Amino acid sequence: MIEQDLLQRVLAAAVRTGADFAEVYAEDKRSTSVGLDDGRVEQVTSGRDRGAGIRVIKGDTTGFAHTADLSEAGLRAAAEVAAAAASQGDGVSRTIALTRSPERIVSPVTQYPDEVRKADKVALLLRMNDTARAAGGSIVQVSAGYGDSRKHVLIANTDGVWATDEQVRTLIRITAVADGDSGMQTGAQSAGHTMGFEMFNQLDVDELARDAARQALTKLKARPAPSGALPVVIKQGSGGVLFHEACGHGLEADAIVKGASVYQGKRGELVASPLVTLVDDGTMTGEWGAIAFDDEGHASQYNVLIENGVLTDYMWDYLRARNEGRVPSGNGRRQSYQHIPMVRMTNTYVLNGHEDPDDIVRATDYGVYVAKLGGGSVNPASGDFVFGMTEAYLIENGEITEPLRESNLMGNGPQVLNDIDLLGNDFAMGNPGTCGKDGQGVPVGDGQPTLRVKSLTIGGTAA
Amino acid sequence: MSTDELLALADRVVVQAKPGEQVEAFVSRDIETEVRVYEGEVEHFVSAQSEGIGIRIIRDGCTGFAYAGTLDPSAIADVLAEARDNVEFGTRDEWAGLAEPDGVDVVAQELWNETLASFPTDRKIEFAKELERMTLAVDSRIRVDESSYADGAVESAVATNTGIRRSGRENGCYVSVGTLATEGDEIQSGFGFSVGRSPEEFDIAKAAREASDRATRLLGATQPASRRVTVVLDPYVTAMFLAVISSTLNGEAVAKGRSLFKDRLGDQVANPLVTLVDDPTNPLAYTATDLDGEGLAARRNSLIDAGVLQAFVHNSYSARRAGARSTGNAVRGGFKGTPGVGCLALQLQPGTRDQATLIADIDDGVLVQSVQGLHSGVNSISGDFSVGASGFLINNGTVGAPIREFTIASTLQRMLLDVAEIGNDVDWLPMSAAGVTIAIRDVTLSGA
Repeated sequence: MIEQDLLQRVLAAAVRTGADFAEVYAEDKRSTSVGLDDGRVEQVTSGRDRGAGIRVIKGDTTGFAHTADLSEAGLRAAAEVAAAAASQGDGVSRTIALTRSPERIVSPVTQYPDEVRKADKVALLLRMNDTARAAGGSIVQVSAGYGDSRKHVLIANTDGVWATDEQVRTLIRITAVADGDSGMQTGAQSAGHTMGFEMFNQLDVDELARDAARQALTKLKARPAPSGALPVVIKQGSGGVLFHEACGHGLEADAIVKGASVYQGKRGELVASPLVTLVDDGTMTGEWGAIAFDDEGHASQYNVLIENGVLTDYMWDYLRARNEGRVPSGNGRRQSYQHIPMVRMTNTYVLNGHEDPDDIVRATDYGVYVAKLGGGSVNPASGDFVFGMTEAYLIENGEITEPLRESNLMGNGPQVLNDIDLLGNDFAMGNPGTCGKDGQGVPVGDGQPTLRVKSLTIGGTAA
Repeated sequence: MSTDELLALADRVVVQAKPGEQVEAFVSRDIETEVRVYEGEVEHFVSAQSEGIGIRIIRDGCTGFAYAGTLDPSAIADVLAEARDNVEFGTRDEWAGLAEPDGVDVVAQELWNETLASFPTDRKIEFAKELERMTLAVDSRIRVDESSYADGAVESAVATNTGIRRSGRENGCYVSVGTLATEGDEIQSGFGFSVGRSPEEFDIAKAAREASDRATRLLGATQPASRRVTVVLDPYVTAMFLAVISSTLNGEAVAKGRSLFKDRLGDQVANPLVTLVDDPTNPLAYTATDLDGEGLAARRNSLIDAGVLQAFVHNSYSARRAGARSTGNAVRGGFKGTPGVGCLALQLQPGTRDQATLIADIDDGVLVQSVQGLHSGVNSISGDFSVGASGFLINNGTVGAPIREFTIASTLQRMLLDVAEIGNDVDWLPMSAAGVTIAIRDVTLSGA
């Protein structure tokens, strides 16, 4: 994308006014998306995004500028803007020597999406539409989407880091609407991987469609969710967002260094039930949050955050790690070349426990069984978080009984981590997610075995 | 590149339409600055410029679209070719089509401020520093985790071979601050902001005070007991609530059977106190605009009048499907997509009493200062509404102890009917709806 000589000249120009550090992040991304709604393929969209972001750091100040012009003139202009933003003054002339990082492949791809006919992508959605509608006459509407991207990334900095990567992602999703006497209900399913079109060799799209339709139809009979605090059993692979919100964001070093997290100063302390071992793992092949290098050019890692309930470490990007005199953990990520990197999660999950998942339900007299969670959000300072249950049932006398209407669950992160009292042996990853922070979205994965939280506030309307 | 040049660029694409094709080119260019300050020093300074083009082609009822984040001529040729290729894969839709001039006059708006366009960088930085200083001075328990100044300017043009040819530019700026209030082991967070077409409109002192108060007021908050109560939504929360309601009034959702109000035109869907208009021609609205995303004149639309559902909002497509005219509510999120439908500047007709007077009549209630999880616990198709919240107890007409870690739940249908009063405290927030205090009775509070 950009030659070594040019990178070195641009980086040297960026630190000429005396900055400590400069970095070029360049990307060239091609994407395709298809939207189906109301029985029609509404639109195929082709996109091209190409440009570079230049970051310059002096002391505690970061300057950042980006450009869609990858010529020497364009890159130098952006470097000057970023340098001026970070520092004013006379610097010294520095020579930059880049060392190319060895190629690293975390998620091998066999069928690149841009080498697949658009007609084949469209056909998947038409098929899912037919399958979902065939699930029952009460299915009155279906929307579905397909998206793929192939992104070439180049990162080089004045520490000599020079990494290139190719990131391929493929995603499919469907939403079904059912209409009945009690109004309309929705069901949704999705799948996404850091894979090419070969994802569909292993994925049964009819099953996704049937499952979305089944959820919507089931919820036509749903009664209002309870109101108040109850035990909650969360099905395997549906509740990783709980950990993403309950503690993941609070373990990001940018929140820690500003004292904006309830987990500040808690390394080495018991912060969760001893059943809990929590990992953030950018190396998990094929998963939605998998990366070979983070967006600062550091190799992705398997990082243990909580081990048997004890807080072992936070997640780090370059800047926060540098200030602490430690190495980054491969968690510096950004949405695109137009964005500054921050500390972000990759694939965040809880390792297996020992319980049979059926026994966890049987051990619960009265509570809520959550089969599918929607999104969530957290206030990292107080630890208060919510997440939506999009498919849930009542548990009565150790049995899963009636379906419940949608509502939010609410809890406090540190409290909930301590309240996990049963952990299953059936680990599974969940649906692909997009984590939003400071206006930037990045792809993340999560996962967990079936587990029980002693008490969460169910935000329903039933007494 | 000026707006005239952007329009000329769009024209050059549109003239390449082949017989039987409708072609639309949307071109935009924007410049943003963001300064973030921490402990009196600049933490980061971002200077961002981007531009791009989106091309939509419709032929025989089939639509194709492509975009690129550059205005390089060779890239534009590729985008046109890709959009044309993508038409092949669309399903024929008899209502598909671009907007056409509808004779509605544009209400001129002052969307461009020259003072901001030439505002010196060092003074932008100074605003962020001043906000941090003033916030810290409000209360000794307050820390600031970020204080920012940001501005943006966007120029855009849209042209079609169906006769649309429009361009415009707009700029604006804001300052914002995030706070942490600490007492013992407890931390609560807050925020404050001030927006303007120009920095001269900032009220830094107010932003600082609100950011401090939002955090310190919640110190010592406890979890309330579950029950049914009257909730009073602060203007900021009401604005978020209205944004949810707006998706049920979306003409495209109605056409596709996805709105819970789809068969309810002319029905009493809300308490008679509720009169809701979407009026982007009101210059007080933060989202005031002269044009919609398809280049038609933005206009005032009455949606709910004394509780009776009057109209849905439309773009050209949903209007054609409904046998109606576009209401000028095409919404476009930039050059990377085609226009959808959405409300532009919602406003509830205010009542006569201020928040304190309104609360004085409530025996058992909750004043909601913030909500969490509108994206995860609200389903605008089923109407189920459940959000996490924090705020204050209302006892015998006065605002009392802070509360947190609770949810409020009902359905959108019931909440509109259960509106008990609307305040007179309209707040023109930087959102697609204006804020105003509202009281809603019989909402389920879930807590301990």
